[in-house]
Amino acid sequence: MALSTKNILGTKELTKDDIQQILDTADSFKEVSTRAIKKVPALRGKTIINLFFEPSTRTRTSFEIAGKRLSADVINISGSTSSTVKGENLIDTARNLEAMSPDIMVIRHHCSGAAELLSQFVDSPIINAGDGSHEHPSQALLDLLTIRSHKGDLEGLKVAIVGDINHSRVARSNIRAMQTMGMKVRVVGPPPLIPVEMERLGVEVSHNLTEAIKDVDVIMVLRIQLERQNQGLLSSLREYSNYFCLTSESLAHTRDDLLIIHPGPVNRGIEIALDVMEGPRSLILNQVTNGVAVRMALFYLLLGEKNANPN
Amino acid sequence: MQTLIKNGRVIDPANQLDGSFDILINNGKIEAIEPQGKISGSKDVPVIDAKNCVVAPGFCDMHVHFREPGHEYKETIETGSASAAAGGFSTVAVMPNTSPVNDNRSITELIFSQARKTNLINVFPIGAITKGLKGESLSDMGELKEAGCIGYSDDGRPVMDSELMRRAFEYSRMFDLPCIQHSEILDLTHEGCMNEGIVSTELGLKGMPVEAEDIMVFRDICLLRKTGGRLHVAHISSGGAVDLVRQAKAKGLPVTCEVAPHHFTLTEEACRNYDTNAKMSPPLRTHEDLELIKEGLRDGTIDIIATDHAPHDVADKQMEFSKACFGIVGLETALPLTLKMVDEKVITLQKAVDLLTHQPCRLFNLDKGSLGVGRDADIVIFNPKTQYTIEPEKFKSRSKNSPYKGWKVRGKVLHTLVAGKTVYSASNE
Repeated sequence: MALSTKNILGTKELTKDDIQQILDTADSFKEVSTRAIKKVPALRGKTIINLFFEPSTRTRTSFEIAGKRLSADVINISGSTSSTVKGENLIDTARNLEAMSPDIMVIRHHCSGAAELLSQFVDSPIINAGDGSHEHPSQALLDLLTIRSHKGDLEGLKVAIVGDINHSRVARSNIRAMQTMGMKVRVVGPPPLIPVEMERLGVEVSHNLTEAIKDVDVIMVLRIQLERQNQGLLSSLREYSNYFCLTSESLAHTRDDLLIIHPGPVNRGIEIALDVMEGPRSLILNQVTNGVAVRMALFYLLLGEKNANPN
Repeated sequence: MQTLIKNGRVIDPANQLDGSFDILINNGKIEAIEPQGKISGSKDVPVIDAKNCVVAPGFCDMHVHFREPGHEYKETIETGSASAAAGGFSTVAVMPNTSPVNDNRSITELIFSQARKTNLINVFPIGAITKGLKGESLSDMGELKEAGCIGYSDDGRPVMDSELMRRAFEYSRMFDLPCIQHSEILDLTHEGCMNEGIVSTELGLKGMPVEAEDIMVFRDICLLRKTGGRLHVAHISSGGAVDLVRQAKAKGLPVTCEVAPHHFTLTEEACRNYDTNAKMSPPLRTHEDLELIKEGLRDGTIDIIATDHAPHDVADKQMEFSKACFGIVGLETALPLTLKMVDEKVITLQKAVDLLTHQPCRLFNLDKGSLGVGRDADIVIFNPKTQYTIEPEKFKSRSKNSPYKGWKVRGKVLHTLVAGKTVYSASNE
């Protein structure tokens, strides 16, 4: 069975079947990373270009490792080394790369909609590795994989997403994917960090952390960025922490089987306390491990399924 | 040199004329308007058969950007004039945000001189409110008027400094020309690229809240109440701002406003898929705003239709949404989009013609937009029923940025005359 879409631009375009298939495939790939020889020949002879216009360690490395464990040739291009610093625009850069016949392009860009724009000008499948504040679908999928592997089923689960919802592509991708999988989402943060008309997306909005997390199965904590203070969206990180830092006190009245996830990188002590981050309910490193499996699944489903064997 | 326009339905709101008339043109002037068949010209007078068509004064657009001088790769006075003629416009007013800015006599004269060379339509310059559109000091409004400017605007940039705007209203009184404001509180729209609402929330784009427009319209009305002068609100897009203008008018204040066709035919939904052709300033708003704009058209709060014709090269549009330029090619789609309001029974056909002819000329004191005997024969002939599909690639404008590609519309310009000369004829296409 193929995915319903040629590109992975966002979770918005993914059906429930798509997501299930991606998670199932990712599950089957997890084992590859535990082998002594961490490689399968599924994508031998395929070329993957990672086009990263924004700094990234975790995501770029994860995509690179995922490609290499499937035996693809992976090329990394970062914003500072690409021709865009010479004034070449995104479309021309992409077309030139396309002329070298890659099989897939992974793009990270600071502008919302950049991946969709690219997909209109190149034929190779595109994976959006984060576009502005819009979507970061592979992150949402690895979050779902992490939750599913601990909860068994996603249907009916309640999730609180805490932090800077306004600027978060992770939040947007997760809201859409979680809703598709039958989960209930509540977003939590100070009003300046909640985008307007958020309720129309079918989520609950709360400004009270302790109340908002009482009945949830999962808390997703988002990174809070220092520059929001300079933009007048936050009074100070100190005050933000007073109200929204996930601490053992704020967790006092939550469910015993609560899971805590965070897309990273973490600001220790600002959005999440160190002991919570390293505590037994935290799955932060588990997410990173699952990230490789999810990205292997995406590459495989977009490229390899027709002509390769995962073993 | 004579021409006879026969068999058409003449609509001339300036003279409350609507009926079957023939028009005789002689030496660029209207020589006679008589009931059908009454004009007996000699046999060799060229005849334009306007059967099934409306014959009206050439349309007048008080808000266009022809980009010359400075950005000729987007549009020139020549290509802009051709675009206007194709859209049925015989008169336009060009905004001063050129490079250099039209804030002095020499640029105003350059615009007139290029328009004369082009010799297609009537082009009237609008001068800057502030020098260099910098919002720091007033331009020489007297010199601009003497050179031929018909209004003042920093369009594209609002005059943010309230003290300076107060002085602009005061000083412009001496010259009896309107100040045309692009109403937007920039503090509220910093880095914004579309309306703030559900769509910007979903797309993860920085929004421009409607309050940015409302607050500035209200500020200007307050200032005007104190200073006198004339305020013309450019391209109104907010339902709340329409109501502010309505209230100001009810109090007898000299406030007028215009609306662009895209603000009564499109909403923020058009920005989905990051279509940069739907990126406008002011942005496309919500369905509720659209309905309130229509109400403003219906009850006369909105005085005129102006296109905010803002051509942009592909290189300025085909890019990331947040980086792309704001604007739309407006002149060549204005008629069918306005007729859509007639189809929806928001306004009558006569009113539609009025909003595009007599009213703009009345507001800007132009001796245009009417078919009286002895006047320049600036005339448009259009068939309001002809259906066709909008094809931006066929625009006369140098730029093709339009979100209306593929729209099936009604209302086609067949003939545009300026001073009796055919400047556009669909049969030559």
